[in-house]
Amino acid sequence: MTPVAAEERTVLRMEGIAKTYPGVRALDGVDFEVREGEVHALVGENGAGKSTLMKILAGAQSRDSGAIIIDGQPAHIDSPQSAMALGVSIIYQEFNLVPYMTAAENIFLGREPRAAIPGFVNFSKMYSDAQAIIDRLGVKLNVRTSVNRLSVAQQQMVEIAKATSRNARIIAMDEPSATLTEHELDNLFALIRSLKEQGVSIIYISHRLEEIFQIADRVTVLRDGHLVATKDVKDTDREDIIQMMVGRELKEKIPKKPASIGDVILSVEHLQRAGAIEDVSFEVRRGEVLGIAGLVGAGRTEVARAVFGADPIDGGRIRLDGKDVNIRSPRDAIRLGIGLVTEDRKALGLVLGMAVRENISLANLGSLASLGFVSRKRERDVANRYIADLMIKTPSTEQTVQNLSGGNQQKVVLAKWLFTQSRILIFDEPTRGIDVGSKVEIYQLMNRLAENGAGIIMISSELPEILGMSDRILVMHEGRLAGELSREDATQEKIMHLATGGE
Amino acid sequence: MGKPDIGVRNLLVKLLSYGILVFFVLLCLYFDYVTRGLFLSGSNIVNILQQTAINTIIAVGMTFVIISGGIDLSVGSILSLAGVLSTMSLLQVFSRMHQGPAVTAWPLVVAVLVAGMVSMAVGAAAGAFNGFCITRLRVTPFIATLAMMGSARGLSMVFTDAVPISPLPTAFTNVVGGPSILRAIPPLVPLAILVFVVGYVVLTQTDFGRRVYAIGGNQEAARLSGVNVAHTKLGVYTIAGLLAGLSGLMFAARVGAGDPKSGQMFEMDAIAAVVLGGTSLMGGTGSVAGTLLGSLVIGVLAVGLDITDVSTYWQMVIKGGVILLAVVLDQLKVRLGSVGL
Repeated sequence: MTPVAAEERTVLRMEGIAKTYPGVRALDGVDFEVREGEVHALVGENGAGKSTLMKILAGAQSRDSGAIIIDGQPAHIDSPQSAMALGVSIIYQEFNLVPYMTAAENIFLGREPRAAIPGFVNFSKMYSDAQAIIDRLGVKLNVRTSVNRLSVAQQQMVEIAKATSRNARIIAMDEPSATLTEHELDNLFALIRSLKEQGVSIIYISHRLEEIFQIADRVTVLRDGHLVATKDVKDTDREDIIQMMVGRELKEKIPKKPASIGDVILSVEHLQRAGAIEDVSFEVRRGEVLGIAGLVGAGRTEVARAVFGADPIDGGRIRLDGKDVNIRSPRDAIRLGIGLVTEDRKALGLVLGMAVRENISLANLGSLASLGFVSRKRERDVANRYIADLMIKTPSTEQTVQNLSGGNQQKVVLAKWLFTQSRILIFDEPTRGIDVGSKVEIYQLMNRLAENGAGIIMISSELPEILGMSDRILVMHEGRLAGELSREDATQEKIMHLATGGE
Repeated sequence: MGKPDIGVRNLLVKLLSYGILVFFVLLCLYFDYVTRGLFLSGSNIVNILQQTAINTIIAVGMTFVIISGGIDLSVGSILSLAGVLSTMSLLQVFSRMHQGPAVTAWPLVVAVLVAGMVSMAVGAAAGAFNGFCITRLRVTPFIATLAMMGSARGLSMVFTDAVPISPLPTAFTNVVGGPSILRAIPPLVPLAILVFVVGYVVLTQTDFGRRVYAIGGNQEAARLSGVNVAHTKLGVYTIAGLLAGLSGLMFAARVGAGDPKSGQMFEMDAIAAVVLGGTSLMGGTGSVAGTLLGSLVIGVLAVGLDITDVSTYWQMVIKGGVILLAVVLDQLKVRLGSVGL
């Protein structure tokens, strides 16, 4: 769009930003700079560090080291308030709006214009000021409408109005297009262009690469917490960006042992769930590891939950061993021999306050009970068997699982599903936040399960894991199957191409 | 943090874990001292147990509810409704069978059995209705049981025109309500012990009990592990209602009337006993053993303050303070404990 002039002024410079979470190096000395009035796209795979970098900029996360320089001055950003005071605002995917307040009340939340009497709000001034801001953005919206009655796109506009009303000069938008329709997206782009003309800089995070070429001036690619490159958009193309996103060496050893692949055990036909899953069909065979790749929000977890009966479906059918089954709850699924290792093991996989023994037996308590009484001895024997078998590091069967490490917690979840004798196991991000040793053990367990004739579905955002473990790979994009790749054909580039909406 | 700090902290956590037990013992010793041995005399201990029994029975049910992550405000009203209806049925059966001066125990036995059934059935039905509203109509436990609290109380007024059902047969009040066992112990006490034991066994030894803990600890994880959350909750509220209903008849026997105004604020004493016993209102943890202790503390406090001539109003203030203190100390325990890990 705008030709990049040589004297473009840099408003923001982040230098050598580093951040380590327990077990994960999220950012490793990243440099990032934004010029006045530019739209700067920030891209990378899931977990590349985009969100962490933005949260550090917005004061929502602390950094371990590195400096933030705004207008050539070192900026002390240690809270969202201090970031806002320096003109930095961030618009998250999940909006920070109070649903039962009007648009104007949200825009001025926490700094309402005061009336003459102390403690009272000058509502007429608040509404006229808010309307002026909204009008200046060229948005059609009545600021007296309560936010819960606005569309998602309108709520986004309120968020942007909130940011500009605080004189934000740098606005970061995290996946702003994810939930917008085509027309709404055009409006957003128009708004971004008008902000640009007012000298506001936009940091634009998106998984949809085509948008970058429509709106951005420059693009920065992150990979595994490192800066790959910052380029002018006119000097790059889609393939080049994908190459930068995935271009890592496959150095991790994945101990895949292909099992003999048998009959179809699970087939899913025309699965449908409004707003999440669009006509998804696939099958899994005995002994097969079916990988499902895709970006966050592509609908992979939703498919897993639908097959497992955790969420109701709007259409489609599921067959096990060729027979139609009606799965209406996780209980039905478990009875039919399906297990789901959830993505978020703390919130969904474990009862953290319960003992290792109690978590392992939870999904199959009935087999340990007679007349309703649970046999503690048999239960302990079962727990001890899986502790030994999976090498779970715990002082005893009675340890509460919240005191175990992430890898060992995940093994407890796996033990739970092994004890239900699942024939179909769905792993959703099975190695997220887990140490390398446990990772390898989990891969080996998958091999063993496949060898014993189980069908395995593995959802993962880690391409090496998908490429290394899967016999076949499905790629999802925006609720649909974007394509299928055989183990031999699959490459990181091909997966990422399909996952970002490429034909 | 240095090592000695952690040692001190662990000791504190230990002490706080047994805090309620320590407090209970100290409380008994204190009252015994100021009453010069009167407090821990046999007859007064029976008195304390009798005072504690009703609350213990209700609180055992409340423990199930709170461990499952819910709350039941309706138990006091269910007590009155079940008390009213069961004493009405008692009078009916008794008067029909007890024609003339024939001196046999049968009419009473039959009448008590019928009344017992009625009290538990009424309680269980009210509790099941709570459970239905919570699981099927998706009303939050607080609101569902608040509604039942009003409705059940209203119904017991309607059925009685707000006049207590009395007099009850003296044989009934003497045998069921009075110290009929070994001429010293009222049947209420062994009944409370029985309820406690059954409650303990169900919570700790059965798969149902395990599911109660699981849904209180993490409802979604429990559901995804195949736990039937709705059935479990239905069971929990039915148990709470059944025990409240049973208490209704026992309470009527003790006071000698089926009083529609009985049981007011009983839900508060039951919740207090559960909380004093270390059960978290967040659900997932707790035990009926703790609840028994909590109930005993409340009973000892009430009787002890009575004996030492503390006015009823000050008793309320003190009871409130003790509950607050117990929860604050529990919070402290959790904080110290989690940092220590």
